[in-house]
Amino acid sequence: MNIHEYQAKSILKRHGVIIQEGIVASTPAEAVEAAKTIQGQTGSQFWVIKAQIHAGGRGKGGGVKVAKSLDEVRTISEKIIGMNLVTPQTGLEGKGVHKVLIAQDVYYPGPTSRLEFYMSILLDRKSGRNVVVYSPDGGVDIEEVAAKTPERIFREEIDPAYGVLPFQGRRIAYNLGLTGSVALKMVSFVENLYKSYLSVDASLFEINPVLKTTDDIILAVDAKVNIDDNALYRQSEILAMRDFSEENPYEIEAGKHNLNFVKLDGNVGCMVNGAGLAMATMDIIKLSGGEPANFLDVGGGANAQTVEAGLKIILEDPNVKAVLINIFGGIVRCDRVANGVVEAYKKLGNIKVPVIVRLQGTNAEEGKAVIDGSGLKVYSAITLKEAADLVNRHVA
Amino acid sequence: MSVLINQQSKVIVQGLTGGEGTFHAGQMLEYGTKVVGGVVPGKGGSTHLNLPVFNTVAEAIGQTGADTSVVFVPPAFAADAIMEAADAGIKVIVAITEGIPVADMVRVKSFIDTKSTILVGPNCPGVISPGKAKIGIMPGFIHQEGSIGVVSRSGTLTYEAVDQLTKLGLGQSTCIGIGGDPIIGTTTLNAVKMLMNDPDTEGIVMIGEIGGSMETEAALWIKEHGTKPVVGFIAGQTAPPGRRMGHAGAIVGGKDDTAEAKMKVMRACGINVVDSPANIGVTMKQALGK
Repeated sequence: MNIHEYQAKSILKRHGVIIQEGIVASTPAEAVEAAKTIQGQTGSQFWVIKAQIHAGGRGKGGGVKVAKSLDEVRTISEKIIGMNLVTPQTGLEGKGVHKVLIAQDVYYPGPTSRLEFYMSILLDRKSGRNVVVYSPDGGVDIEEVAAKTPERIFREEIDPAYGVLPFQGRRIAYNLGLTGSVALKMVSFVENLYKSYLSVDASLFEINPVLKTTDDIILAVDAKVNIDDNALYRQSEILAMRDFSEENPYEIEAGKHNLNFVKLDGNVGCMVNGAGLAMATMDIIKLSGGEPANFLDVGGGANAQTVEAGLKIILEDPNVKAVLINIFGGIVRCDRVANGVVEAYKKLGNIKVPVIVRLQGTNAEEGKAVIDGSGLKVYSAITLKEAADLVNRHVA
Repeated sequence: MSVLINQQSKVIVQGLTGGEGTFHAGQMLEYGTKVVGGVVPGKGGSTHLNLPVFNTVAEAIGQTGADTSVVFVPPAFAADAIMEAADAGIKVIVAITEGIPVADMVRVKSFIDTKSTILVGPNCPGVISPGKAKIGIMPGFIHQEGSIGVVSRSGTLTYEAVDQLTKLGLGQSTCIGIGGDPIIGTTTLNAVKMLMNDPDTEGIVMIGEIGGSMETEAALWIKEHGTKPVVGFIAGQTAPPGRRMGHAGAIVGGKDDTAEAKMKVMRACGINVVDSPANIGVTMKQALGK
């Protein structure tokens, strides 16, 4: 699950990380009020208006602007709230902006030089540990830094038994070119960032940039968080932060039926039991001349209700020209699944595209007989190859 | 011979009295697996499926001589159950539970690394040595005793591959479902090494998916040390970047963990990579010259 920048910053602040202060607003009027409050609290002369969407690269799409007066706060907010923001991470269709963060200006002039760093904590799958990944080159696309100057990216592995040890924090600070009291502020920053990461069961907590201000404060200007879905059962506060407007409505609907669904752009819908087989089925569709319209794992219980719910969601997509149901019966029996398909098909009625049902495993032949004897426009298959050929015949 | 488990494996079921535990313990017993008891904190002293139930793993080992455990404990308590088994001296832990928080698995990994236990999973179908023992949730009847080793991150996709092999007369030595989570005990490389060293395994099917670098590590090792034909498939050639495809570990994070990149490395390392999962069985047959 993802959350917004303003939500991520509230988590950081609670754990002692200094942040660029801000107030979220849903209307231009709220934005102006927020700007006044921020000015009162921080003395900020300017404001940064930041679109709140679940995607990076917002600045490049025109979703982050500086306002130098309250009038500008209003006019810029008017433009950003309600805009469809296209960034390198949103895809061409972009994302609608419903909220903006009115943030204090932290790029003010001062006695020391201003520095921008990159820092994230994330799960390293290879070592099975969390690592701090950081670079003295912040405020830019970190993928680009990794590609062009990999030696400018550092890693510090965290032992789960000890957390970030003080010497590790100092090493990070020194590698970032900091010395003296400001280096110690960086040590606290890293420790508190790790606390934030753990507290919400994050799998990524990324701060880009981490800013050293001209008066030697270390603070988080931006924040991006991915939360481990498996841990949501113990993260009620995070669950309450869920923004349904950021999600695909079909995926929300599928979730209500405990179906694991991801919307894609192709023309062949598919419904499969098991995530690995579902991915493999998408690959078969592609090799057969089609393009998968979705990923859909119905899990262990492929019965009439789940098949009906799944078919309904798949068929709402006008691009779908055929549907492939692929069930490997282990514990679940194929004849039961076949009866479920027939029942769901009749209940939905008026299905205009061919439905191909591939049943293999326990009672596969009996399942095929049920499909073939149903009199419906449903094609049956037993081997994967037969299913692939049927897909090819109907869409290629 | 087989790897990880055999006829002598004495198995305890952690979470025996739950729905999943009850059903699959029954299936394992029916298959002929030596299930010797269950561990359910608070239910020690009772019996379930005619098996003794213990409060702790240590007690279960003391009373039954168990050396293997299978974990059906719900996600919130599963990490603790795995660590308890490792601490008590269980040699092979097969964790079936799906949905364990990653943060819990970071602790488990660190804990297990100090013990001599082998962990398989979590979020896996388990391990089966056909005709000898089945420790997990896979349908036993699709398997056949033989000499092909199978290692896979997926459940039903593994069954698919096994079914193809069996129908072509290629039985299996051991099938290891390593699991679909980002942090798992036995990696693809660990499993491939075991099967490569097993005298009764003649060929290996290696099924991976998008995300992580386990298949690449295994492929590089096979290039240097491989002595048997390997057939490989990577699921998720059509998966979009950044989206989780069901399995918590199945998410494309960069250019190196796509299906295409992994298949390229595997091919370069001499693995018989199939584009279509429908061809796993026939390709193994050809690779063995049968």
